[in-house]
Amino acid sequence: MLNIHDLHASVDGKQILRGLTLEVKSGEVHAIMGPNGSGKSTLAQVLAGRDSFQVDSGTVTWDGRDLLALPAEERAREGLFLAFQYPVEIPGVSNAYFLKSAVNAVRRHRGLPELDAMDFLKRVKAEMKAVGMREEFLYRSVNEGFSGGEKKRNEILQMVLLEPRLAVLDETDSGLDIDALRIVADGVNRLRSPDRSMIVITHYQRLLDYIVPDKVHVLSQGRIVRSGGPELALELEQRGYAWTADAPKAGQGASPATAGAARGGAAR
Amino acid sequence: MTAVTTKLDTFLDREYEAGFVTDVESDTIPKGLSEDTIRLISARKNEPGFMLEWRLQAYRRWLTMTEPAWAQVHYPRIDFQDIAYYSAPKTKTDGPKSLDEVDPELLRTYEKLGVPLHERARLAGVAVDAVFDSVSVATTFKKQLGEHGIVFCSFSEAVKEHPELVQKYLGSVVPQGDNFYAALNSAVFSDGSFVYIPKGVKCPMELSTYFRINARDTGQFERTLIVADEGASVSYLEGCTAPMRDENQLHAAVVELVAMDDAHIKYSTVQNWYPGDKDGKGGIYNFVTKRGDCRGARSRISWTQVETGSAITWKYPSVILRGDDSVGEFHSVALSNHRQQADTGTKMIHIGRNTRSTILSKGISAGHGSNTYRGLVRITPKAVGARNYTQCDSLLIGDKCAAHTFPTVEVRHPSAQVEHEATTSRIGEDQLFYAMQRGLTAEDAVSMIVSGFCREVFKELPMEFAVEAQNLLGVSLEGSIG
Repeated sequence: MLNIHDLHASVDGKQILRGLTLEVKSGEVHAIMGPNGSGKSTLAQVLAGRDSFQVDSGTVTWDGRDLLALPAEERAREGLFLAFQYPVEIPGVSNAYFLKSAVNAVRRHRGLPELDAMDFLKRVKAEMKAVGMREEFLYRSVNEGFSGGEKKRNEILQMVLLEPRLAVLDETDSGLDIDALRIVADGVNRLRSPDRSMIVITHYQRLLDYIVPDKVHVLSQGRIVRSGGPELALELEQRGYAWTADAPKAGQGASPATAGAARGGAAR
Repeated sequence: MTAVTTKLDTFLDREYEAGFVTDVESDTIPKGLSEDTIRLISARKNEPGFMLEWRLQAYRRWLTMTEPAWAQVHYPRIDFQDIAYYSAPKTKTDGPKSLDEVDPELLRTYEKLGVPLHERARLAGVAVDAVFDSVSVATTFKKQLGEHGIVFCSFSEAVKEHPELVQKYLGSVVPQGDNFYAALNSAVFSDGSFVYIPKGVKCPMELSTYFRINARDTGQFERTLIVADEGASVSYLEGCTAPMRDENQLHAAVVELVAMDDAHIKYSTVQNWYPGDKDGKGGIYNFVTKRGDCRGARSRISWTQVETGSAITWKYPSVILRGDDSVGEFHSVALSNHRQQADTGTKMIHIGRNTRSTILSKGISAGHGSNTYRGLVRITPKAVGARNYTQCDSLLIGDKCAAHTFPTVEVRHPSAQVEHEATTSRIGEDQLFYAMQRGLTAEDAVSMIVSGFCREVFKELPMEFAVEAQNLLGVSLEGSIG
């Protein structure tokens, strides 16, 4: 179980999260929605432990442990997975080698035997088929020259292989066509299980047609301002974010975490 | 970026493991350089008259030359009178005849460096010439190689045993007056390796020379000459280390390669001279002239170098593509960390018809390091159908280092095809975080990225050397082979 209490965080001295409180029980899927600049990506990066995001106050406990005290790689090994909004390219490092190193780092940590090349390839090829990736992507450099959709599938592939206990998907649906969206959603749905929690961050309701969340939260100005069931997402889709309390004023800048995600507002 | 920089610094702060000093009694001549010094060196080595004459000629040329200043490196003026030009470990006899006569202290030194010379411990399939300061202390597998007609011995021995070969080829690729340091080397060179592969012979094992500088205030000036006669082939490896000392030491070597018709020479270097400390104190000045001559048709010369050591590296292993259809290759990884400076690259001189060359240069700069690629591709008017492909990539680690690229292309025949590609990238905080979010440590992530960057060059190294290069760069070989 993940318990976030009164979390304040900032980037480059600019306060982004302002008292965020959220509880995600084992087996639950929570959707977090909100306009640009509301702090969605900051929440994802803070949970994953990125150095450049500073936690000013508040607590995050994960299965009774202080999550914030763990370095990023330790969180990952303990089973926290972040699907990146902008997956990073690593030229010269083959996807196969990267994936195998990651899988084995996690397996070592969990006291499992490392997978050898044969076992790993068997496993990864099966999973690639499921997310609709051709085998050649194994031998290409990590994310290098991948299209937007290919990068997102590669994130889902990594998530499936690493079998996290807590998966955070940061706008994984952005820039995907409907087929890719289905594949991503299918990957997520296959992973749903009583001992796995997921936080799905999204800007649009669209993804939630395929991933039906247990809870939906609206984030605004660094705080959760509304919580409800799946019906809340539909309401947002119809009415836009403007009707939610504390909605950001027009013209407010995007946070650095989401800068570059220049898109129109959700209000339509 | 600070947290990431700290992580990178820990990764890059490796101890220099070859920095110990061997306690042997040395026979070192007094510091200073004059015609007398050269006569003294020649006399110590009991050289025939032609060698002394050749040295003196070179010395007279050197006196008229000035130190080159065009390289992107900075260092205080070298006082050439403050260097001892010859230092040899004392032996009872006139040079050891077999391993049993070699000072056990020297054998232990090479063992510590991972180059065991003793029969039982030798690396399978690699013959070694071990050069300690100014002299060769042992050459292994000589007899076995001799059965194939292959000559593999110290340069001093070659001068005595095979004077006709030495006279024929010495200076034929790098003439005495080629450049300031080559002229100095020609005057005072003390030892090195000599290889002759006769017609049609494929050398059955890798040949290697391990250079070790031990004595204080001395320079090392070795000379290597490799000749592959028609249809012959050889793969040659070169390794180098030195103790950690506060003073800079000069290493000015010359390597000449000659490939006749259909001959193939592959020359690989893993250079790990002492680089100096974090603040740039001490370290080797590595001013080296390496050149191969594809003299025959369809001959091929490949240089592969992994340059991790030295305070300053100034070296441009080159190929003269004289024979028709000959091939020249240069593959390089150069790392400059802390205050290290590397100005390195190659020259490909296309003279014959349908000659081809490939240049693949990977420069890694970290700390306050400065890394420069300097290259020349020259297509002469007779080089019909010549082709060159050049790729220069730079990787920056941290934000205090520098990378420079100075490519020169001269094309004098319209049929030439010359391609040049260059990239510069930086190991970013985003890449490290991405890898760490997948459970890898920052060290693993850097090592993975560096290794991915070097992989095309490492693929060219013989197995034993690839392992050594991997250890030196602290990168994973598995990742580089994929």
